[in-house]
Amino acid sequence: MRVEGKGLIDRTQRLSFRFDGTIYRGFAGDTLASALLANDVRHVARSFKYHRPRGILTAGSEEPNALVTIGEDGATDPNVRATVQELYEGLEARSQNAWPSLGFDLLVINDLAAPFLGAGFYYKTFMWPRAFWEKVYEPFIRRAAGLGALSGEKDADHYEKAYAFCDVLVIGAGPSGLMAAWTAGQAGAQVILVDEDSLMGGRLNAETLTVDGTPGADWADDMVSKLAAMDNVRLMPRVTVTGAHDGGTFGALERVAHHAGAVPKGGVKETFWRIVAKRSILAAGAIERHIAFRNNDRPGIMAAGAVRTYLNRFGVSPGKAVTIFANNDDAHRTAMDLQDAGVHIAAVIDSRKDAQALGDYRLMQSAVVAGADGRRGLEAIRVQTASGSEKIATDCLAVSGGWNPTVHMTCHMNGRPTWDEGIASFVPTPGAIPGMETAGACNGAFSTAACLAAGVAAAKTTLEVLGLAAPDIDIPQADDSPYAIEPLWAVPGNGRAWLDFQNDVSVKDVKQAAQENFASVEHMKRYTTQGMATDQGKNSNVAALALLADATGRGIPETGTTTFRPPYTPVALAALGAGAQGKGFAPERKTTSHAASVAAGAPMIEAGLWYRPSYFPLRDEKTWRQSCDREVGWVRSAVGICDVSTLGKIDIQGPDAAKLLDFVYTNTFSTLKENRVRYGLMLREDGLVMDDGTTARLGENHYVMTTTTAAAGQVMRHLEFVTQALHPEWDVRIMSVTEQWAQFAVAGPQSRELLNGLFDDTIDDSKWPFMSCGLVTVQGVKGRLFRISFSGEHAYELAVPSRYGDSLFRLLVARAEALGGGAYGMEALNVLRIEKGFITHAEIDGRVTAQDIGMERMLSKKKDFIGATMAQRPGLTETGRAQLVGLKPAGPVKQLTAGAHIYADGQEPVAERDQGYVTSVGFSPTLGHFIGLGFVTDGLSRHGDVLNMVDHVRGIQTRVELCDPVFFDPKGERTRG
Amino acid sequence: MADLIAKTPLDGIAPVTIGTCTVAEVGLGTLTSIAPYAGAKIADTFKTAHGIAWPAPNRATGKEGARAIWFGRDMVLLAGPEPDKALAKHAALTDQSDAWTAVTLFGPEAEAVLARLIPLDLSAGTFKRGHTARTQIQHMSGSVTRIGADMFLLMVFRSMAGTLLHDLERAMASVAARR
Amino acid sequence: MRLRCPICGARDRREFYYQGSAVMLDRPGPDAGEVAWDDYLHLRENPAGDLEELWSHDAGCGAWLKVTRNVSTHEIKSVELAREVKR
Repeated sequence: MRVEGKGLIDRTQRLSFRFDGTIYRGFAGDTLASALLANDVRHVARSFKYHRPRGILTAGSEEPNALVTIGEDGATDPNVRATVQELYEGLEARSQNAWPSLGFDLLVINDLAAPFLGAGFYYKTFMWPRAFWEKVYEPFIRRAAGLGALSGEKDADHYEKAYAFCDVLVIGAGPSGLMAAWTAGQAGAQVILVDEDSLMGGRLNAETLTVDGTPGADWADDMVSKLAAMDNVRLMPRVTVTGAHDGGTFGALERVAHHAGAVPKGGVKETFWRIVAKRSILAAGAIERHIAFRNNDRPGIMAAGAVRTYLNRFGVSPGKAVTIFANNDDAHRTAMDLQDAGVHIAAVIDSRKDAQALGDYRLMQSAVVAGADGRRGLEAIRVQTASGSEKIATDCLAVSGGWNPTVHMTCHMNGRPTWDEGIASFVPTPGAIPGMETAGACNGAFSTAACLAAGVAAAKTTLEVLGLAAPDIDIPQADDSPYAIEPLWAVPGNGRAWLDFQNDVSVKDVKQAAQENFASVEHMKRYTTQGMATDQGKNSNVAALALLADATGRGIPETGTTTFRPPYTPVALAALGAGAQGKGFAPERKTTSHAASVAAGAPMIEAGLWYRPSYFPLRDEKTWRQSCDREVGWVRSAVGICDVSTLGKIDIQGPDAAKLLDFVYTNTFSTLKENRVRYGLMLREDGLVMDDGTTARLGENHYVMTTTTAAAGQVMRHLEFVTQALHPEWDVRIMSVTEQWAQFAVAGPQSRELLNGLFDDTIDDSKWPFMSCGLVTVQGVKGRLFRISFSGEHAYELAVPSRYGDSLFRLLVARAEALGGGAYGMEALNVLRIEKGFITHAEIDGRVTAQDIGMERMLSKKKDFIGATMAQRPGLTETGRAQLVGLKPAGPVKQLTAGAHIYADGQEPVAERDQGYVTSVGFSPTLGHFIGLGFVTDGLSRHGDVLNMVDHVRGIQTRVELCDPVFFDPKGERTRG
Repeated sequence: MADLIAKTPLDGIAPVTIGTCTVAEVGLGTLTSIAPYAGAKIADTFKTAHGIAWPAPNRATGKEGARAIWFGRDMVLLAGPEPDKALAKHAALTDQSDAWTAVTLFGPEAEAVLARLIPLDLSAGTFKRGHTARTQIQHMSGSVTRIGADMFLLMVFRSMAGTLLHDLERAMASVAARR
Repeated sequence: MRLRCPICGARDRREFYYQGSAVMLDRPGPDAGEVAWDDYLHLRENPAGDLEELWSHDAGCGAWLKVTRNVSTHEIKSVELAREVKR
């Protein structure tokens, strides 16, 4: 219910929202949780495993129960914590994990079967028979368990990543964080202050405490305004630091649009920040812990601090007759605040015998709550005292088992927290994160005065390291009451007392784990699933390991904690994957002929990052094969044009250019004459083939190397490695010029006729023999011409500066068409090169040697080169290796398929009998049948053998004859002619 | 026969304004990578030939029409004039005029836009006018130079022009939507 | 993780390509023998501590770097230009 005169909400701004179809009202400044409580909605969820009714437990991001689904279709967000979801007009929330409805959930049967579903149930039950694992058990478990569901539709919203840099990152904007940011800001440091809440101030907004005589919330508001006015301080509300990573890098999730409902046009729903900070100050506060007792999960049972938050920040009392159960002084303030607001306090139950009342309310000392009644909402509690048992009617029980410092971030780089007996909890171990100070409640300092002072102190330490002079800062006056606590983890008794609400883990489960010898805290965690839900055990870890320590007869420090890992709170995969969706996945590299190819109807296929035309369909062609066959025919009989700009081109200059080439290629380039081109083979240092291509000598100390499209980046990095790390003494400079030149293959018997008339000078065999190169002028534009061929035809590659690429491509295609040819795509290029037995990375796949592809003679014996030594090791030179062969169909099935394997006659087609595999195939219109390349054991000496080809994936079998890989014009007469 | 027609990487697209920022394709003139040979003393020759200082690593010199942009380990990109022939004795010169897409991004929120694409602190206090960096622009390897109070010169490979524009437009829209 | 490139300054690790052990800097001669080549190519120390490795500033200045990194803590002890190390 709403309490008049309380809260920081804007009562002039009414908002309506729906939960499970019912319309409710709230105010601006509400969270979904506070608005539901204001409307007396207590039962909001069903638990994960037993489908028990659950209510709102906390008021923060640690909430384990109140998870709801928000939004429709592609914008659906499941598992939203109602406690952090800001209310907006028209918000539509749905409960989860209940069928058919939240009030009547059939899977509550699990709760009745609970005696059989305890710790280790899955491990013991779903063991046998093995065949049931995937078919029966997993589907069953998946249906029964779970929280919210994804819509199954594409996420309609955008997400993004962004970078931020600062001197000092302050994590948390409570009293410690505000003072830390203020101090560092005054010193002139570049400060980023982040807080996961929309309203900065931390607990100051949730308490009635004062700072310097003014209400804490007002002081915080004033401080935030002062910080906002500083140029060197950046405030980032609604941002959760999710992880502390190496080198002062932090991950942080900003909820940009969740509070507004719809994402504005062009905007993003979330931003995942990478914040790089020279130093950091963790001021993350503390999380209140629960006490385990029978049915301590009933809706209406809440954290005592959360009850104060709902009252003081949101003007909501979660109950009309409130009881409080605590083992520390802090919780008594809940009674005082409620009473001051006019809410009836039925009783305060304190487990300590010397507990003192802060005001005029009924205090029961040395008492514990032993049980709770009311299945879908708390109705009464049973209090156990030394003198007996009493039932007290109540609709809200505020529980405090003490506070756990939020040490999580300090453990993200393998740090372990330290047990502090004084507060019966863990505190950060200094130095756990390089460059990070911890301040305030996250460090075990729980009074407001201590937090304010700690923020200043942490900032001063930080400033000193940064070499900035610390300013004089007045530490404001505030409450400094001591924190008195006597640990109480669980109330003894029958029935199930819950520890981990999100994964339905009870005290009994932890004890059972210990009994069954899962005594290590890591084993207990996995056996019971305690701490494995989305709250990562924020509410239950310390209690669970305290109980484990007790059950195993060890102390808490020796029992230790499990590892806190990033992210601190759940992060949507969409945010982590931001920048990698759709077009953002990878850059699109487009050639200069892209537009013309698309306009010609060519389907574009990806080749690495590049897009290349697959084929150029003519109007009456119905299949790609028809187009491909026709394009191959054009090249063989007339002339074809193909954009080959995607091949890597590397400019190599300097006095030692030839030395470099002789070292990276297996063959020799220092002997290459100027204006000549040579084919080169490149090995890796382990003796296997890395890449191949042609290199042209443009001048005495000037070469241009060509790499395959696929290996361009790898070869460039390799050349950099050789020149920087192996031979820095060589005076040679390398530069990628791939993008500078638009280069087109002009291939076919009519290629010279096509080119003549285009250049200022005519070309002929004497000036331009096979493997020559040089400068040409194409209609006034300086270009380069290479007489090289990847088709086996008389062919050239013509390169012009890229700005002319589009124009030249259109011109070349028009001229080719006039000569009875035209543009050809990747499919035809592939068939043409297979007909000639030319290799690509389908063949040189990182496992083959020069010998394997019949290029042993290219391994120079006169010089050292990369891979020279290891290419001669026995494993690479002895017989029995798979060698390159040509393949022809030799049976009734005429199709060959790439990826198929080769087996000898009479051998079962299994891996152990494998004789080889097919790497490339194509239908050769020139020869009228399928041809292929592949590798077969000792294949070089087995031409003529007929073997079996089996494609297990496509279900194709045929007979193949091994042959020379050069199917067409083996003497190369067409190329030279 | 018709002359070959030159096209810029973004084919002369009109400047795009989203929110407070504008991205525009720019023609930088002739681009020449200059990689000095071992022991070459090129700074004086360069200064004499082109009237602008040889830039230190991570710096750019000159102004519109003639800039020298540090472009990587032992490499400078001369943008604007044809390279003086005297330089060839000292350095490997390579024509890169057609290899790069160049755009300017300008506007009061240019830093915020680039914070979504570039993993570098580009704030005015750290990355001043005349500072340059080879770095990543989203998934592309590129070059960024501050050429004005709220103006940056961005360069990526020519083939990625469309992706650069797409990525900038998305980041500009995101920043604009926050206003 | 961040690496301080001697040329470009501290940069996000995304800008770098990881190669592996810095052993690759010491290429044996062609006649060094099987053991030397086996060591060079295949045998690697796997210490739970400082490791000398090679990184390339691919998306930056293009320099190959010799980095000493504690592989347990990811602390970067030093970053040198491979070119300088070899001189």
